[in-house]
Amino acid sequence: MNVAMLLEMTADSFGDREAIRCGDAAFDYRALQHAARRAAAQLVAAECQHAALLAESSPAVPIALFAAATAGIPFVPLSYRLADGEIRALLDRIAPAQLITDAARAVPLRDHAGIAVVSCEVFLAPGAFEAVASLPDDGDAIAILLFTSGTTGAPKAAVLRHRHLVSYILGAVEFGAADAEEATLVAVPPYHVAAMAAVLSSVYAARRIVQLPHFDANAWIALAAAERVTHAFVVPTMLTRIADALAAHPVALPALRALSYGGGKMPLAVIERAMHLLPQVAFTNAYGLTETSSTIALLDPDDHRAAFESDDPALRRRLTSVGRVLPGVEVDVRDADGKPVAAGARGEFHVRGEQVAGEYLGHGARRTHDGFFATRDAGFVDADGYLFLDGRLDDVIVRGGENLSPGEIEDVLREHAAVADCAVLGVPDEAWGEAVAAVIVVRPGAAASAEELRDFVRARLRSSRTPERIEFRTALPYTETGKLLRRQLAAELRGDLAG
Amino acid sequence: MPLLKPGTRLRSAVCTTEVMVIQAPTIEVDVRCGGAPLIDLVAKPTAGASPAPDSAGGTQIGKRYVSAAGDLELLCTKAGAGTLAVAELSLTIKGAKPLPSSD
Repeated sequence: MNVAMLLEMTADSFGDREAIRCGDAAFDYRALQHAARRAAAQLVAAECQHAALLAESSPAVPIALFAAATAGIPFVPLSYRLADGEIRALLDRIAPAQLITDAARAVPLRDHAGIAVVSCEVFLAPGAFEAVASLPDDGDAIAILLFTSGTTGAPKAAVLRHRHLVSYILGAVEFGAADAEEATLVAVPPYHVAAMAAVLSSVYAARRIVQLPHFDANAWIALAAAERVTHAFVVPTMLTRIADALAAHPVALPALRALSYGGGKMPLAVIERAMHLLPQVAFTNAYGLTETSSTIALLDPDDHRAAFESDDPALRRRLTSVGRVLPGVEVDVRDADGKPVAAGARGEFHVRGEQVAGEYLGHGARRTHDGFFATRDAGFVDADGYLFLDGRLDDVIVRGGENLSPGEIEDVLREHAAVADCAVLGVPDEAWGEAVAAVIVVRPGAAASAEELRDFVRARLRSSRTPERIEFRTALPYTETGKLLRRQLAAELRGDLAG
Repeated sequence: MPLLKPGTRLRSAVCTTEVMVIQAPTIEVDVRCGGAPLIDLVAKPTAGASPAPDSAGGTQIGKRYVSAAGDLELLCTKAGAGTLAVAELSLTIKGAKPLPSSD
């Protein structure tokens, strides 16, 4: 069960179909497979143990992924947003490795011990090498290593084995299901699990991939129109910006049929706005983690439409759900002691299934005795099996011994007409241990006082959940993949307190 | 034939069908294509052979084939003219509700 077999099957059946396009560069499936096999021979000759990639999206991404699989070594896409020292520290952990990177980064890293640097151009044109003809057949081998963002310490290397990824793809994607016109727009960077899943899913569906190396809302819209893009995956911050850009300058995207989103909590107002702006588009919320080979739960287009058209608040609330688990995935909500909570109660999501890896390099599998992976995501499951996500357990505020979920308070604040965006977090407090702080971005042209927002929360939640401190900002800090930088924000708030 | 295990790749002896084992029982199983036992992926098919007339229903790439007992599941990785079967009993295509694209 090697992930490169997915490409082999598609190349056999749809060899002439365009597989990937990035600017002027394009490969059909046969050419993609050939490039991957030749690059694999180069990796084998280099006798390295990892194939790392430090570059923006380009055809080198799928080629390196499948080349590494063909050579039988893990593929390690690294974040080009990291500082030089951080990159070198990660390289030390995967040496001996071949590092595929762009020309500008290649020079300073050339002398790093145990790292053979090759530019993307050379990697894509390994002249002298004969293609590797057969695939290694060890499903237990590591296909992809993804370093987590490391917000709680040194980055962990999440392990995804061939069997996890193949199991996910075979369960979620119908082989060759895409018709010849379909194209998916990938705007997430290669070091995000969604980018890896996009490559594997699109290849197995025989759906053309169009890459956008630098996300910008107007560039995304222009590319979607020019390439007649039919499918796309975006993180919430991208959808917010796309909606803003479409509202400012309406562009018809008649080819666009399906937009999926994930990678962070989607504010209700944003998805409602996007559904208004793109009425022909089927929306899917995909919830998953790096450690689960991407998607484990879906809120599908029918769920979206039913919730969108309903006046029933309970049904309408479904738009804030991350949907129901995929066939083959089980979810169990457990308390801090690992015991299942009562039906509908809040706790930590635990998941189990063939695609769930839940393992870090050097730490082994992090599973419970009954094979569940503790996600560190908090939330609840409603009576119909819909998952509602509060946020990361590590972000829980402990105020006077009571555990408060920032997500629950943020959801309420976002319902206020003047609130465009918000973040709720704990700040040190002498009396309570932690106090609830809210950082608010006010909608342009709107206004709300701290007292008004406090009253708004108090009227809807218990008083312990009412923010003691409210700050106003013009924007909140996000990573480019749409994750709120809570720790940075918390440090800034603490700094303000100290100052 | 030795015990099958997930990930094992096999081919038909009498047509172009290739399969990968997704799930297998823990006992030996007489899995055939076109009426002849499956062979190792790198083994040579029988020269000039073709599927038996009653085992020539064909296979489709990308489809998953399951036994009546449900304990054997094969993914067809290359199509061919033969019918996949356990002994005389044909495997059937596993139907799955298509999921919306999420990546």
